[in-house]
Amino acid sequence: MKRHLLSAADLDLGDATLILDTTTQIDAALAGREVKKLPTLRGRTVVNLFFEDSTRTRISFELAAKRLSADVINFAAKGSSVSKGESLKDTALTLEAMGADAIVCRHSASGAPHRLAEWVQGSVINAGDGTHEHPTQALLDAYTIRRRLGRLDGVRVTIVGDVLHSRVARSNVVLLDTLGAQVTLVAPPTLLPVGVGSWPVEVSYDLDAVLAKADVVMMLRVQQERMNASYFPSVREYSRRYGLDARRMALLPEDAIVMHPGPMNRGMEIAAEVADSVRSTIVEQVSNGLSVRMAVLYLLLGGDSK
Amino acid sequence: MSSSAWLIRGVRPYGEDAVDLLLRDGAIAEIGTRLQADDAEVLDAGGLIALPGLVDLHTHLREPGREDAETVQTGSRAAALGGYTAVHAMANTDPVADTAGVVEQVWRLGREAGLVDVAPVGAVTVGLAGAHLAELGAMADSPARVRVFSDDGFCVADPALMRRALEYVKAFDGVIAQHAEEPRLTQGAQMHEGELSARLGLAGWPSVAEEAIIARDVLLAAHVGSRLHVCHVSTRGSVDIVGRAKADGVAVTCEVTPHHLLLTDECVTGYDPLFKVNPPLRTAEDVEALRTGLANGTIDAIATDHAPHAMEDKECEWAMARPGMLGLEQALSVAVEAMIETGLLDWRELADRMSVRPARIGQLDGHGQPIEVGRPANLVLLDPDVRRVVNGADLASRARNTPYAQRELPARVVATFLRGRPTVLDAKAQL
Ligand SMILES: [Zn+2]
Repeated sequence: MKRHLLSAADLDLGDATLILDTTTQIDAALAGREVKKLPTLRGRTVVNLFFEDSTRTRISFELAAKRLSADVINFAAKGSSVSKGESLKDTALTLEAMGADAIVCRHSASGAPHRLAEWVQGSVINAGDGTHEHPTQALLDAYTIRRRLGRLDGVRVTIVGDVLHSRVARSNVVLLDTLGAQVTLVAPPTLLPVGVGSWPVEVSYDLDAVLAKADVVMMLRVQQERMNASYFPSVREYSRRYGLDARRMALLPEDAIVMHPGPMNRGMEIAAEVADSVRSTIVEQVSNGLSVRMAVLYLLLGGDSK
Repeated sequence: MSSSAWLIRGVRPYGEDAVDLLLRDGAIAEIGTRLQADDAEVLDAGGLIALPGLVDLHTHLREPGREDAETVQTGSRAAALGGYTAVHAMANTDPVADTAGVVEQVWRLGREAGLVDVAPVGAVTVGLAGAHLAELGAMADSPARVRVFSDDGFCVADPALMRRALEYVKAFDGVIAQHAEEPRLTQGAQMHEGELSARLGLAGWPSVAEEAIIARDVLLAAHVGSRLHVCHVSTRGSVDIVGRAKADGVAVTCEVTPHHLLLTDECVTGYDPLFKVNPPLRTAEDVEALRTGLANGTIDAIATDHAPHAMEDKECEWAMARPGMLGLEQALSVAVEAMIETGLLDWRELADRMSVRPARIGQLDGHGQPIEVGRPANLVLLDPDVRRVVNGADLASRARNTPYAQRELPARVVATFLRGRPTVLDAKAQL
């Protein structure tokens, strides 16, 4: 494994499989235990450095670190414009001086964790950077698929929605390809990046046409503001063409699952009855996220103290 | 001006046969072999090549306003060290160079620094805001004698305003230098739009945003019979459009930066804002087309777009960094690597693209003149055989944002003469 987890591309098949297998072991070790805590990272310090509000991701990492007995510091850089206050580099040097073993970084700017990694000794974990990547989300998605379907190799995954602005989609495309899954992207052409042609995916503009061949449908969050920049004409038209409702869900093969990274826009990209159906893994994804992040912290920090 | 004479021994003008040059009273007094001049200081220039002093059409000197990044003095020193004898100082200062007062101030600062001729560029519109024409005539009539006008940093996007600007400057034979960027197509843009921007999750700056403006502007220039200069063309399509316009007889000229001749969007992979620039670094295919366009004359000039930035504006997240990179001190070396070592240009042609044509576009009499007896002694002497690793700390610019740090580049400027007086000797600035 590399020292940092900045992109899903940092993981080869061996690394990714190791993380997923370690997650399985952690789940097994904690199953049925009253005190869900392992002593593995006692004495190590994990910093949650969040330049962008994301309560669910921060809590997931915080809990993961605490369950491994690490000391956790939450460093919320308030306000959207970092340039007004302390620079990213100064923050990095401060955390370095505090002896951070791992820095979990969430930032609205693509590549910010890459910059951070140049200035610190500890491991940097990308917890979502701009419209770039969110590798632990892809890992928890892969773990969820493997648990539900028993495998990843050859699994057909359809990712639907705002691929252009989605870090979840980017990390999933890379990781699923590494793991041998077949990815199809479905979106209005406005929400696919120029250059998608070089990605290891199939592309379709027609959701109905691909659902019958999907083992997994992953719905992406679509921000309504995109409408104002003419990415699509209206919420209703988007929902009609690219939303997953009960009729569309019925087109899926029998065992297919429906995923969403959250938070959902119910009634826009996903209908309530789909989100709450037995096919939906949305709640599981949250709990799997915790276990996967434990595995990542454990493997990056090596377990033994300095 | 210095009255002392200089005898330059054994130098090869344009890389051709070695001769001696005698510089006296600001001009080239004699050219020959075994020249004698007892009163002259002697410079042994064996192995060195002489070219006419370089002329930059596109320099950001940052003064007034951002003296923490560069001043006319530090920028002039960087220019001299890069082999330049004249630079055009862009108008996007603070205050903007949109009045006779500001252009005259910049011009005077250049005279005081005394290392290169600083020719201020005037803003096209008041405050670069793209709404009202600045007093172009007053700037033209000022002691700064402004002939090049540009809102560089911003595009004159309004087609009606661009048309009026093109027409208006005909009265004093000015030229509009357009920063071609359709603003609606580049909102929030961070890098060249293509495969890499898709992977890196950075908002794309599509080639068409440049090409659409150039296409529009050559049509406007043709319609009103005006001269148009296009700043920093960066795409294959731009070269095609300018080439076709020239073939149709449109009075259009254009420039390319050193970095667009050498670097590609692959440099962005590590998110280091040293490689953030506007227009952005493009693909290898674009680099190829730009080199070809420069070689066949479709592109008239290499212009640095030297853009110093304070450390804090570069040591940060990509999206928050300012675009721009240093260029003056490495431009000649980059040109040698991209154009001479590839056989695309010979030295005489390189002098044409870095001195003769830029001087003509900027209407700087006395610069871009051939190395002949009686011509102004504006010269650069360079050693073509050394290769050096660029070290940011060694640069004369106040800023350090060079994209070439740790890169080995060929050739080195050994001496620069401005009207017969050395501004650089032994690769060191003389002030
Ligand atoms: Zn520009």
